[in-house]
Amino acid sequence: MSRHIWDFHGGIHPPENKKQSSETSIRWAGLPERLVVPVQQHIGAPAKPCVNVGDRVLKGQTLAEAAGFVSLPVHAPTSGTVAAIELRPIQHPSGMDALCVEITPDGQDEWIEHQGVSDYTALDKKAVLNRIREAGIAGMGGAGFPSVVKLGVKPDQKIKTLILNAVECEPYITADDRLMRERADEIVQGLQIVAWLIEPEEILIGIEDNKPHAIAAMQKATAGTQCEVVVVPTKYPSGGEKQLIHLLTGKEVRSGGIPADVGVVCHNTGTAYAIKRAIIDGEPLISRITTLTGDCVAEKGNYEVLMGTPVGWLLQQAGVKATDLHRLIMGGPMMGFAVHNMAVPVVKTTNCLLVPNTREFPDPVPEQPCIRCGSCAQVCPVNLLPQQLYWFAKTKEFDKAAHFNLADCIECGACSYVCPSNIPLVQYYRFAKGEIRTQQQEQAKADHARQRFEARQARLAREEEEKERKRQERAKAAAAKQAEKKAAPTAKAAPTTAADTADGADALAKLQTAAASTMKRYKEAQKALLTAEKNGSEHLEALQKKVEQLKAKADAAKEAFTTAKNAQGQTADAKPKPAAASKDDPFAALKQASAEDFAAYKEAEKALAAAEASGAEDVVALQQRVAELKTRSDASKAAMKEARAREKEQIQAKNAAADPVKAAKLEVAKQQVLLKKATKALQAAKDSDAGADDALEANVKAAEQALEAAEHALKKIEEEQA
Amino acid sequence: MALLSVTSPHIHKPGNTGGFMRQVLYATVPGLFMLTYFFGFGTLINIALAVGIALACETLILKLRNKPVGFYLNDYSAVVTAVLLALAIPPTAPWWLTLIGTTFAIVVAKHLYGGLGMNPFNPAMVGYVLLLISFPKEMTTWLPAAGLDNSVTAPGIADSLGLAFLGMNPDALSGATPLDAFKTYAGQPEVLDSNSILHGVFAGFGWEWVNVGFLLGGAYLLWRKVITWHIPAGMLLALFLLSGFFNTAVDADNYPGFMHHLLSGGTMLGAFFIATDPVTAATSNRGKIIYGFLIGVLTYVIRTWGGYPDAVAFSVLLMNLAAPTLDYYTQPRTYGHRKPNKGLAKSD
Repeated sequence: MSRHIWDFHGGIHPPENKKQSSETSIRWAGLPERLVVPVQQHIGAPAKPCVNVGDRVLKGQTLAEAAGFVSLPVHAPTSGTVAAIELRPIQHPSGMDALCVEITPDGQDEWIEHQGVSDYTALDKKAVLNRIREAGIAGMGGAGFPSVVKLGVKPDQKIKTLILNAVECEPYITADDRLMRERADEIVQGLQIVAWLIEPEEILIGIEDNKPHAIAAMQKATAGTQCEVVVVPTKYPSGGEKQLIHLLTGKEVRSGGIPADVGVVCHNTGTAYAIKRAIIDGEPLISRITTLTGDCVAEKGNYEVLMGTPVGWLLQQAGVKATDLHRLIMGGPMMGFAVHNMAVPVVKTTNCLLVPNTREFPDPVPEQPCIRCGSCAQVCPVNLLPQQLYWFAKTKEFDKAAHFNLADCIECGACSYVCPSNIPLVQYYRFAKGEIRTQQQEQAKADHARQRFEARQARLAREEEEKERKRQERAKAAAAKQAEKKAAPTAKAAPTTAADTADGADALAKLQTAAASTMKRYKEAQKALLTAEKNGSEHLEALQKKVEQLKAKADAAKEAFTTAKNAQGQTADAKPKPAAASKDDPFAALKQASAEDFAAYKEAEKALAAAEASGAEDVVALQQRVAELKTRSDASKAAMKEARAREKEQIQAKNAAADPVKAAKLEVAKQQVLLKKATKALQAAKDSDAGADDALEANVKAAEQALEAAEHALKKIEEEQA
Repeated sequence: MALLSVTSPHIHKPGNTGGFMRQVLYATVPGLFMLTYFFGFGTLINIALAVGIALACETLILKLRNKPVGFYLNDYSAVVTAVLLALAIPPTAPWWLTLIGTTFAIVVAKHLYGGLGMNPFNPAMVGYVLLLISFPKEMTTWLPAAGLDNSVTAPGIADSLGLAFLGMNPDALSGATPLDAFKTYAGQPEVLDSNSILHGVFAGFGWEWVNVGFLLGGAYLLWRKVITWHIPAGMLLALFLLSGFFNTAVDADNYPGFMHHLLSGGTMLGAFFIATDPVTAATSNRGKIIYGFLIGVLTYVIRTWGGYPDAVAFSVLLMNLAAPTLDYYTQPRTYGHRKPNKGLAKSD
């Protein structure tokens, strides 16, 4: 063979241990009492169950339909009844449960109506692709990527090389080896279907040189076809997709890319066989070849197993004693994962069940310190510096790990295998990858939140502007009106009055400024006092005194301003109205204070949100300030409300004074309100689990009595009037 | 039934750090044999003493650090440090020299930095340099190689013990090493030509065989894949190029030939056993070549123009400082990437 074989960096030669299982022909595993078929046996979206509990299903009937482009259906491996559709333990490294369809076989193994196509070339390619999808074929080498996705070639893409991955480089596994020895013709047929679909220039079958029988069988089967068997030297991990592509074509798939980017498509031996069965025989993927090996297995070899066969049952068939069980590995010894539950079913990707005893696979020994010997770097098939990645993972310097191309690690385990310090390197990399993924997700979330926050800020600012604009318009209109109104009396009055008014306005403004500044000083002092109280300062008393003084001053200034204003108001236009206005004034002041406090609170909140978003250090201080302002705002609001209520009462009382009936009615209404309030307070206390307060209950009772008295009084008055 | 839950890979190549370190010890045998043949039992006594002290120090520190003593002693790293230091100490050394050097190497240079795998400087060389600076006389008192002329024989076991433990004065026995000799008589061709120390089969008498012994040990380490070729090749290449250039193109009387440099003093011990200490060396292949090459350059520079006759220890320690940076800038090109990453920041 003149074909040039490239080499990839590193690689290891672990003991092959293939002979134990490769020398017996494939056996039929048998029909278990129940089959547990997970709806997800592939990469992508889980299929949606389309049968109901109690339904009778036929062999090959669809149990669950594909849900999306990267998704596949699953089929009934035999005829029987659906016993359950529920969560069951599955083949997940973390022992996760997933939705499964349990079938109780009826033993008749009755096929659903199905039909193969011997001349698929007469069909449309889309139809063939659809058949492959409907057959539920996933990559059977281990990852389980829906094959149809790889087969659908984009129109702008030219696939130069089709590779059949028959390398099977993992120790112990011989499923593809046996399949090639016994069913080479069917594999080649499947491969030709694939070739017809993607129209490559060359079709290569990569096999490791430790499988001479398989090589011979495949060479015989491919004689006279376009397919070429290429023997590659035995080295782990030659069967890695990217490694095999490099071996056979010298091309490298770009980091993060797919083989099709470099004009290559890779399929597994088992997949090609399944495609043949799907197209030529019309059978969906309901069984596979699985290697049962390891020293605990009495009948080592390859078995044709129905999907959904529980692992425990299968091992029993192969003569595994439950007492011997120590470790159970699904997949090979290099990349397989430990299974903890014997109820886990065999699925489309289960190429091997490895049941070693403790002598064969001793328990892992404690990790020794890394001496940076670099053995790992010498064997890494993707040419990383594993010992550096290990340090970065261990010290959680994930940025550096990412920079050292952690993402390109294929987790083949070669580094861990050779590490003289017995460091479980791959575990460190999985940890670091997981952490990086989490960080990225959180980063994305944070970015999203920030964008939303900024959008909200922008919206609020816009609304504020709008409000401000409207307010100004209103103010302008009001001012114009006022000016109109004013213009009339001033025109009538003497010009001196106008001058007086101007002087008065000046003085008033001064007074206002004075009042505002004293108020400000008072507030500042108050704030200082508060912080001092919080910090336990020594000068509390002095501060308190100062605050009182300032308060007195501020009150005085305010009073002076108010009187001046009132006086001016009276002088400006001698109407009774300003008097009323002066009466209204305290309420207005309260209202304004409340509004100011609320605005300050909102502003502080905004500042806090901004600080939180930008991760400023003084968030705590800001939070305190917000809380403070909030209480103040609430207090002033409450004060305002109270004042308003009082005012209303007064007005009503004034209005009602003339009419005793009205007064009595009003009293009743007031008492009703009070009662309602009291009951509400009691209910709230009860709800919040604070326990029904006795005082609250007493309040309610008192309110009830008062209401009764008021009603009574009302009745009396009404009777009297009548 | 409790099934063991471990992540892949589930198999492991037999061996551990202890095995790795033992390979290094085995590889010192030919060199050690040559040292003993030419200079008597002094080196063996040094080794026995140093190993005992190193194990005692290691045990003490592990106890203080609350680490499992047996588990860590089993990694043989302290023994390797002790042996490499003892190989570098002259066979005439009194016991306290070995005591000070070994204790400093294990306690300060290794454990105060965090123990095995954490030390930035080669512990054996730190101990060696401490001794060389503090006790220059004792550290440069070598013996003439046995068989130099009829009068010179290697000291017997009694003499070696006397030198080590009884305070025997080595002055009567001592003689220059080839590196000393050339440094002393550089520029005087007639003296150089007549000095039998400088004229063995390939290079300096006796020392050439010591170096050949360590070269053999190095070959064993390469064969066992304990070390890779990069560092020794880099270092020897640098020495070869520099000494060849100065000897042929500049002045043969002041600059000895490459054989003299390659097979004198600590060259081969340094190239295969000291510079390759994985903990303190660069780890990427390109980094290792540069690291080794620069050690060779420094060795040549210090030997030729510096105050000390040999310079491997200084060169190794200086390059230890540069190793992390070298690693950051000599990352290999990962599969699927157009060019290798450099430094610590993501550039692409």
